[in-house]
Amino acid sequence: MNDIEVENITKKFGDFTAVDAVSFTVAHGEIFGLLGPNGAGKSTLIRMMTTLLTPTSGSVRVHGFDVVESPNEVRKSIGVIPQAMTSDLTLSAEENMLIFARLYGVPGEKRRRIIRELLEAVQLSDWAQKPVRTFSGGMRRRLEIARGLIHEPKIFFLDEPTTGLDPVSRVAVWEMIDRLKRERDLTVLVTTHYMDEADKLCNRVAIVDHGKLVALDSPMKLKASIPGKNTLEVSFSRVPPGWLDTLKRLPEVATVTPSDNVFRITTNNGPLTTVKLFEAAREAHADVASLSVQSTTLDDVFVYYTGRQLRDAVDEHAVYDISHIYGRR
Amino acid sequence: MNRILAIIERDLRMFKRSPALIFASLMLPLVQLVILGYAFGGNIKHLKVGVVDQDHGLEAIKVRSKLDAIEATAQTFTTQPYDDLQTALTDLRNGRLNGVINIPPNFTRDVLAQADPQIGLAVDNTDNFTASTLEGSLASLVNDYYRNGITPRMAPTIVLQTVELYGYTPYIQYFLPAAIALSIFITAMIGGGIMYIDDKARGVHEGYLVTPISKTELILGFTLSGAIKGVMAGVILMVFGTLIAGIPDPLNLWRLAKMFMVIVPTSIAFISMMFLMMVRTDDPLVPRSIFGVLNTLLFFPSGAIYPINAFPSWMHWIAIVDPFTYAIHGFKALLLKNTGFAAITGDLTFLVVFSLIMMVSATALFRRTF
Repeated sequence: MNDIEVENITKKFGDFTAVDAVSFTVAHGEIFGLLGPNGAGKSTLIRMMTTLLTPTSGSVRVHGFDVVESPNEVRKSIGVIPQAMTSDLTLSAEENMLIFARLYGVPGEKRRRIIRELLEAVQLSDWAQKPVRTFSGGMRRRLEIARGLIHEPKIFFLDEPTTGLDPVSRVAVWEMIDRLKRERDLTVLVTTHYMDEADKLCNRVAIVDHGKLVALDSPMKLKASIPGKNTLEVSFSRVPPGWLDTLKRLPEVATVTPSDNVFRITTNNGPLTTVKLFEAAREAHADVASLSVQSTTLDDVFVYYTGRQLRDAVDEHAVYDISHIYGRR
Repeated sequence: MNRILAIIERDLRMFKRSPALIFASLMLPLVQLVILGYAFGGNIKHLKVGVVDQDHGLEAIKVRSKLDAIEATAQTFTTQPYDDLQTALTDLRNGRLNGVINIPPNFTRDVLAQADPQIGLAVDNTDNFTASTLEGSLASLVNDYYRNGITPRMAPTIVLQTVELYGYTPYIQYFLPAAIALSIFITAMIGGGIMYIDDKARGVHEGYLVTPISKTELILGFTLSGAIKGVMAGVILMVFGTLIAGIPDPLNLWRLAKMFMVIVPTSIAFISMMFLMMVRTDDPLVPRSIFGVLNTLLFFPSGAIYPINAFPSWMHWIAIVDPFTYAIHGFKALLLKNTGFAAITGDLTFLVVFSLIMMVSATALFRRTF
């Protein structure tokens, strides 16, 4: 039995379909990622799996329990870190954890010990008595991770855990999730719009766009599934007529996508295509203004499946907006 | 200049798109206009007066028919006959009557012999408005008693013996029950309504909705914690207010205990009412904008600052379902008249039943999942 089984799940808010017939399973011990831009339906999906929203149709089973028929059994089996920071600012780290320990029915004698262990695991032991208001964003997130594990669940949901954090905190959170998963034998489901997060952290990634599941596999296999092993991003001093066709005819080129002044070329042999590109540019009296060569990323996978770049589809400053869930759009 | 206009434009555009704010800005003064305008514009009517006729003679009958005439025309009071004075005075103390008129034995004989005839009037002077209305009404009755078109040279008079049941009650003491009720109400609005919705708007409530807590546990938890805050506010106001207002024997423990027994259900009533109103809201502007309107709508018709008897009948309907009315009535009985339980059981019953209805409705309407 898989830890999470999502079957043909759909969620509509009035006329708007936020999630459209999505199916996948998550095996025990996996770190599973839902990758997609804001508005893709990731948060709606995770809210259905964590019993906050009821699906319009389809079914979700978590830890063997149906989320609609046995929501309380599901809640007892899972730890959830919602997208919004939900820790109470005026309470201390320990107080925040104590309240949740009681909400989950953790017995009195165990509480203090578990809280101590978890705060140590997330490196917040020295801050146990301090009010959360004095914490940085990364620290608050780590506290909420610790809080989500207070009842020792086996399945852990994180909704955009590093959104809004600085790069150092993001890495710290990833390392923490990875370590906790190994130490506690957790199954983890993460939603994210960061390609590097999905790539580095997840065993398998489901790419979600406009409520639909567009691709699902391990990051490596996803990257291998699209034509081209390398991506060249190149711009020129001038664009001669017919240049797009010229670029497409270069050796080993799989696809060429123009975007503003930049041409994104996926190729199976980056170095060879680069050499031939320079030759063609010199012959056409068009100088190469800028060039970058990199291995295929999940962003390229996203472009391949949706026609848009993940980074263009994402707001840089992700805003927490759940108003559509509560009926106001 | 352009920059000033940009700020103005931004602000006005946002205001236009906030119906809750517009509602509050316009509704509050309109509601105050209607409520306060009618509250203070009226004459006090339909007071309850017990009549004890210990004489049963012709002049007593005449007095009683004059009372009936006032009842029929000005409607200042309605009369209830009582066989004995003590029962009437007990009902007065327990708040069932606003005044007692006593026609003493030998009244007819004294009137005919012009031997200093007297009519007794006992008033509940904790409410100076109703007391003076009654006194005024009775004073005109006795002054006009002999006006039959004949004006004798030496006008005989009947003396109105007014007995104030309680010591002089300054207005600050009359208002104290309202202040205590108001402190509980404000705590419910701010500590209950506003804080709860702010949490909801920030998504903080999702943190605990993913735990195994049930709907009932959540609502009970919120209601009781809000009620505890309300009780604390009420107790502080009770203790300090009693001292500030100069209530005699301010720290009488038995009275404080009885007051506490009214403060608790009042708190629960207000917080559960608040919770019911907020149960489907997630806009932080809503509790803030209805605060003022609700305050006016519930506080003034309850008789907090002026007797309900002066209000038009539609405001009586508000008073009947308004927890403020019963809370203030109970506090008044205990603080100003130092009564026992008999005077407050009705109030306590209403507050408890009201709270139950609010909590059951809130539980039914509360959405655990969406």
